[in-house]
Amino acid sequence: MSSDSIDMERRQFLTGTATVLGGVGASVAAIPFVSTFQPSARAKAIGAPVEANIDQLEPGQRVTYKWRGKPVWVVRRTEEQLKALEDSTAVLADPESAKSTQPVFAENSWRSLNREYLVLVGICTHLGCSPSFRPLLSDEIMGADWQGGFYCPCHGSKFDLSGRVYAGVPAPTNMEVPPYKFLTDTRILIGESEEAGS
Amino acid sequence: MKSVIVKNVLGLRDWIDQRFPLIQLWNEHVGQYYAPKNFNFWYYFGVLALVVLVIQIVTGIWLVMSYKPDANFAFASVEYIMRDVEWGWLIRYMHSTGASFFFIVIYLHMFRGIMYGSYQKPRELLWILGMCLYLALMAEAFFGYLLPWGQMSYWGAQVIISLFGAIPFVGETLSLWIRGDYVVSDITLNRFFAFHVIALPFAIAGLVVLHILALHHVGSNNPDGIDIKANKNAQGKPVDGIPFHPYYTTKDAPAVVALLILMAVVIFFAPEMGGYFLEHNNFVPADPLTTPEHIAPVWYFTPFYSILRANTVNFFMVPAKLWGVIFMGLGTMVFFLLPWLDKGKVRSIRYRGWIYKTALGLFVVSFLILGYLGLLPPTPARTALAQVCTVIYFLFFLLMPFYTKWDKTKPVPERVT
Amino acid sequence: MVKIISYLGLIFWAQLSMSSEGGTKLMQANVDIANTVSLQNGAKLFINYCVSCHSAEYMRYNRMAKDLGLSDDMVKKNLMFASDKIGDTMTIAMRPDDAEQWFGVRPPDLSVIARSKGVDYLYSFLNGFYVDPSRPTGVNNYYYPNTAMPHVLWELQGLQDNHGDAYQTSSDGEMTPVQYQQATRDLVAFLDYVGEPAKLVRYKIGFWVIAFLLVLFLVACMVKKEYWKDIH
Repeated sequence: MSSDSIDMERRQFLTGTATVLGGVGASVAAIPFVSTFQPSARAKAIGAPVEANIDQLEPGQRVTYKWRGKPVWVVRRTEEQLKALEDSTAVLADPESAKSTQPVFAENSWRSLNREYLVLVGICTHLGCSPSFRPLLSDEIMGADWQGGFYCPCHGSKFDLSGRVYAGVPAPTNMEVPPYKFLTDTRILIGESEEAGS
Repeated sequence: MKSVIVKNVLGLRDWIDQRFPLIQLWNEHVGQYYAPKNFNFWYYFGVLALVVLVIQIVTGIWLVMSYKPDANFAFASVEYIMRDVEWGWLIRYMHSTGASFFFIVIYLHMFRGIMYGSYQKPRELLWILGMCLYLALMAEAFFGYLLPWGQMSYWGAQVIISLFGAIPFVGETLSLWIRGDYVVSDITLNRFFAFHVIALPFAIAGLVVLHILALHHVGSNNPDGIDIKANKNAQGKPVDGIPFHPYYTTKDAPAVVALLILMAVVIFFAPEMGGYFLEHNNFVPADPLTTPEHIAPVWYFTPFYSILRANTVNFFMVPAKLWGVIFMGLGTMVFFLLPWLDKGKVRSIRYRGWIYKTALGLFVVSFLILGYLGLLPPTPARTALAQVCTVIYFLFFLLMPFYTKWDKTKPVPERVT
Repeated sequence: MVKIISYLGLIFWAQLSMSSEGGTKLMQANVDIANTVSLQNGAKLFINYCVSCHSAEYMRYNRMAKDLGLSDDMVKKNLMFASDKIGDTMTIAMRPDDAEQWFGVRPPDLSVIARSKGVDYLYSFLNGFYVDPSRPTGVNNYYYPNTAMPHVLWELQGLQDNHGDAYQTSSDGEMTPVQYQQATRDLVAFLDYVGEPAKLVRYKIGFWVIAFLLVLFLVACMVKKEYWKDIH
């Protein structure tokens, strides 16, 4: 064995190069495997925007649609209900919707594109139950500060008719407003908005 | 900074080693495993088989995530993987290409074993474990082939299961029992799925461990068929041996990359491989009412399929169909007997005489012809050729005790060349 | 021994040549799925003429739009039924039982037809219709005798008589024979794409994968050579 002909530096360099290249190859090869976990084309198709036809919806009523497996409510609010939204901010935890999820156009006290129509993901932000609809402006069971809204039967969270959470209940944030847009005056597309990136 | 990391890594290693024989295992199987230094091309295929096995297991796990073992959804779920799942097509092609490559690699690995007498004493058990692996692999491939639920999947399974019907008295009952229904159906698919993704992978993984343990216990054979342990230096290391790491790890690495290149060529440029790796008719959903005009098994089963079809005569009161099944079974099982059929005084083909070389050559040619014929629809001439080849195939084994004894061998050198 | 081997070889060769002569010789489709214009034209023909009876139940409209360089709106307006959504697959309204009653068979789904039958067969089939009054559809097919399928594209091709291998046009269609061949080639190219949408990308990815592996192979060989300097 003639050790003088062995260049240890070259050997280390080559081994290092091979290791780095092999590592790069393995990492790139991992990309397809990781990517398969993304929603498939079928999941995306099923989760595609849903059209809501609201020409039959009377003031004070609510209809429920299914979008991405979740209930989405469309509520047509009366003038009194809308007015109550402006008056009742004292009992709310986050009346300006600073911490909740909604498109930019819904960052107002009625949390919607059109004042009259509320579009809301019907899932309590606490632990994922679907709250019940209690639209009456005064409701003895709900207490003196109730202005109409949604009540979660699971853990007693309360939301107003804009989906804004009451202070002192388990739910941490206002309910989520999904991206949506009006195709015509009476047709809403839930799941897609005019804003870029939503 | 760097020395701190090194110190911690070494510390962790020692911590584990005090509780688990980490360094000992590494040394026994890699670092201090002395392999003959004269391995040639034929000695790559063991490690390549291991690489393909890993690819099959990983891609298989990923396929199961989207596949549905249900007669109503299986075919659609494969197309779902091919289209709707991101990169699903790549993972599926890796798996389907890997299946064929597994057999290519294993056949070459087995041929190496026969050529250099790697089954001879003291490696009989190593050979038997390897044969068990081969049988498990064939079962794995057969069960897996039903899962896409195409026409070839369906009718292939139908034909093979019907073979059991040839067994006297219990045959029909046995076929029914295997299928769990009067035809291949949803329940058969579910059974095969369970075998393909759970039972056989466990068996194969376990057998691989045993195969490697047995190999490292007796030591690797080599192209000269010389026992390197017979010639040790002052430190007790074989003079003609070199540590597996770094010498064979660095030597196997390019071979692994070469295998990956070949697989990539198929995966990206010819995933169907002209209908041999993915059969055209398997893109037609299974239909129990219509048999495709021409059904052939996948290429790796065709030599045995040819042997099956070559039996056309009833004799000794036994119908031809049963002879076919018997000979096909014998055709695979006979390899188990090789360690005892071979009476040669040398291991390697290098030091054998012309008789053995001719016999092996004829065997390989007949095996290849049988494989080719199995892909084609039968004609009288083809059947006759298959019969000739079947006879040669079995004569290779039957006559082996005689010709290996009579064959003139050359002297084996003391040291590897 | 040599005699026997060469004899075997002869039989073998005879078998080989025999098998390739069997069956009807197909026309060459020569499709080019890298040609987006051809695929777009094929898609149009497919939607207009095929999807009334045949589904492609694994093919999504939006996937087709993306792969063929079309916008979702364009596909929605020109290539889809109003009731379908862009993420839907190409299904048909016809019920399988009705189809069976009308045609005697259920028109097969065409998602993977190019993979099971091959593009040459499909191209030949679409070019192989000839007038045959004995058939309920009035036409027969040279490459698929007694097919239940009517000659859906007859307005484009016109009708032809069968004289063995040669055809004679018996009524002119909207297209010249060359135009019709190109149109069917586009249609078959589209079916080829539908059979395996990944085909559009796998060649490109494969090139880079293999290029990378070749570099890795070279480096691995150099490493091996370096270490094996120790072995004499």
